[in-house]
Amino acid sequence: MTISIRSVEKKFGRYPALNSVDLEIADGELVALLGPSGSGKTTLLRTIAGLEFPDAGQVLFEGQDVTFASAAARRVGFVFQQYALFKHMTVARNIAFGLDVRKGRDKPSKAEIKTRVEDLLKLVELEGLGGRYPSQLSGGQRQRVALSRALAVQPSVLLLDEPFGALDATVRKSLRKELRRVHDATGVTTIFVTHDQEEALELADRVAILNAGRIEQIGTPHEVHDHPATPFVCGFVGEANRFEGTVSGGRFTAGPVVLPAPGAADGPAIAFVRPHDLVLDAAGFAAKVDRVVIQGPLANVDARLPDGRRIEVCAARDDAASFTGEVTLSARRTHVFAA
Amino acid sequence: MAQSKARHPTEDPVWAKAVIIGLMLAFLGLVLILPLAAVFAEALRKGLGPALAAISNPDALAAVKLTLITAGIAVPFNAVFGLCAAWAIAKHEFPGKPLLITLIDLPFSVSPVVAGLIYVLVFGLQGWFGERLIDHDIKIIFAVPGIVLATIFVTFPFIARELIPLMQEQGVAEEEAAVSMGASGLYTFWRVTAPNVRWGLLYGVLLCNARAMGEFGAVSVVSGHIRGLTNTMPLHVEILYNEYDFVAAFAVAALLCLLAIVTLVLKGLLEIAQPDVKRGGGH
Repeated sequence: MTISIRSVEKKFGRYPALNSVDLEIADGELVALLGPSGSGKTTLLRTIAGLEFPDAGQVLFEGQDVTFASAAARRVGFVFQQYALFKHMTVARNIAFGLDVRKGRDKPSKAEIKTRVEDLLKLVELEGLGGRYPSQLSGGQRQRVALSRALAVQPSVLLLDEPFGALDATVRKSLRKELRRVHDATGVTTIFVTHDQEEALELADRVAILNAGRIEQIGTPHEVHDHPATPFVCGFVGEANRFEGTVSGGRFTAGPVVLPAPGAADGPAIAFVRPHDLVLDAAGFAAKVDRVVIQGPLANVDARLPDGRRIEVCAARDDAASFTGEVTLSARRTHVFAA
Repeated sequence: MAQSKARHPTEDPVWAKAVIIGLMLAFLGLVLILPLAAVFAEALRKGLGPALAAISNPDALAAVKLTLITAGIAVPFNAVFGLCAAWAIAKHEFPGKPLLITLIDLPFSVSPVVAGLIYVLVFGLQGWFGERLIDHDIKIIFAVPGIVLATIFVTFPFIARELIPLMQEQGVAEEEAAVSMGASGLYTFWRVTAPNVRWGLLYGVLLCNARAMGEFGAVSVVSGHIRGLTNTMPLHVEILYNEYDFVAAFAVAALLCLLAIVTLVLKGLLEIAQPDVKRGGGH
């Protein structure tokens, strides 16, 4: 199912939640909508779902205009942030709900529904728990029930709102892999909302980064990380040291910091340097090491520039010993944007 | 040091607890238990025989019957409309919502006597619809319909007030989930919304019932106090009392108390049977 979002706008009162958003999603893609809270990502997801209608613009499914079609008519599977499982129904009844509500010829037989529920429980590795109530399940298990309930209607598109937000770190990691596996097994076009960049970069085929109701950039995890289109993306995706200064003749200067800025126009600018792009270099700028923290194979270095500003460096663990006292650094790669 | 070890660090000292609990028990005893005991004591002052005779008197039986009929109509009516109002307020956004919330509280803030007078003004002989009602031979004031209407008015907020916070807390995510899977509005209401509030609804129904059976002021205005016809139990108690028939008055009052106590016991059992009603349950 291909999905096209065209110039979609949505206001809540006077507050604009979506500001002329365009987005094309290919069949079978797994796309993350990434952004800080209030960036409009959940509103965009709900607009795609048919849980919100836009004030302007169009939503197309497979080229068909569904802008004002109901969620049911669009055949979306939606996983809610707090799962929204029906508390008084068993897991099996929860999963079967979307099939139970069908009428007449569309309604599968009881045996078919039972088989479908069993298959879905197997898919999310919850076999034998069909008779439990949601309150008797762990957070991760509830999440899986919500996922299989959304899949039960054989949706044309699967939409998930902060699917891992309410889970602890370990469960979150394993469920990420689970979602990827389920997506690959079913091939259903999937869109999920998250504020966790690590989650988006690890899981998605493409990531759309939203800020203040606009899409700042859409691309593969690699593209948005290594070729950020805007200062916001650069600061939001991945760690980055941020400097405000000026560009002159292909060099960026901010106090003691001098960075290469090939091709950047002269004038005031903002530069970002990823911690792992900073290397020891005798010809570089000076910094004083405050602290070195070893994290697995990496050494995270907190350093201070002569003017007192802090700077973060990420090096290989084996090089940790080189980071003591006064060091000189230079950047292998910078991202410079006109201010 | 030894003393501080004996009690929990955030607990009050023993003497403070004793004083507070003692005060509370003394107050309850004086204001609630003593009068209640007095009702039963007065009813049985001349023995069980006269008390039973007072209750089985045809006028008393008619009052009991009318009270049960009134509650039997008012409570289901308020259950349905309370559920509708709570659903509209908690699950939907619409202009004028604050006004509706205020209106639901109106019966609590208006004196029951005024509530009764409203119906006299509207349906009474001199009222807006008075002549038309007489033309069609419909009697509302000084008849059972007036009593039922006044009772509905006074007890309307109980169920709605019980359900609104509960429904608001539950939010609309489950309803959205149901609708997104193709459920109709009605199906969603019966299969998702209603089951989630059933215990709160039952609780509201019991409170509403207790109040409906005990309502005096509003009913007194619209009833006309016709013995055996338009007297509810509270009105019957007053009449007997004013006639210095104390044993009979207290006997009927005791019966009314028993109905209230049964309601409270049911409410207590409900809380035990469903321990997570008040704790939110679910998540």
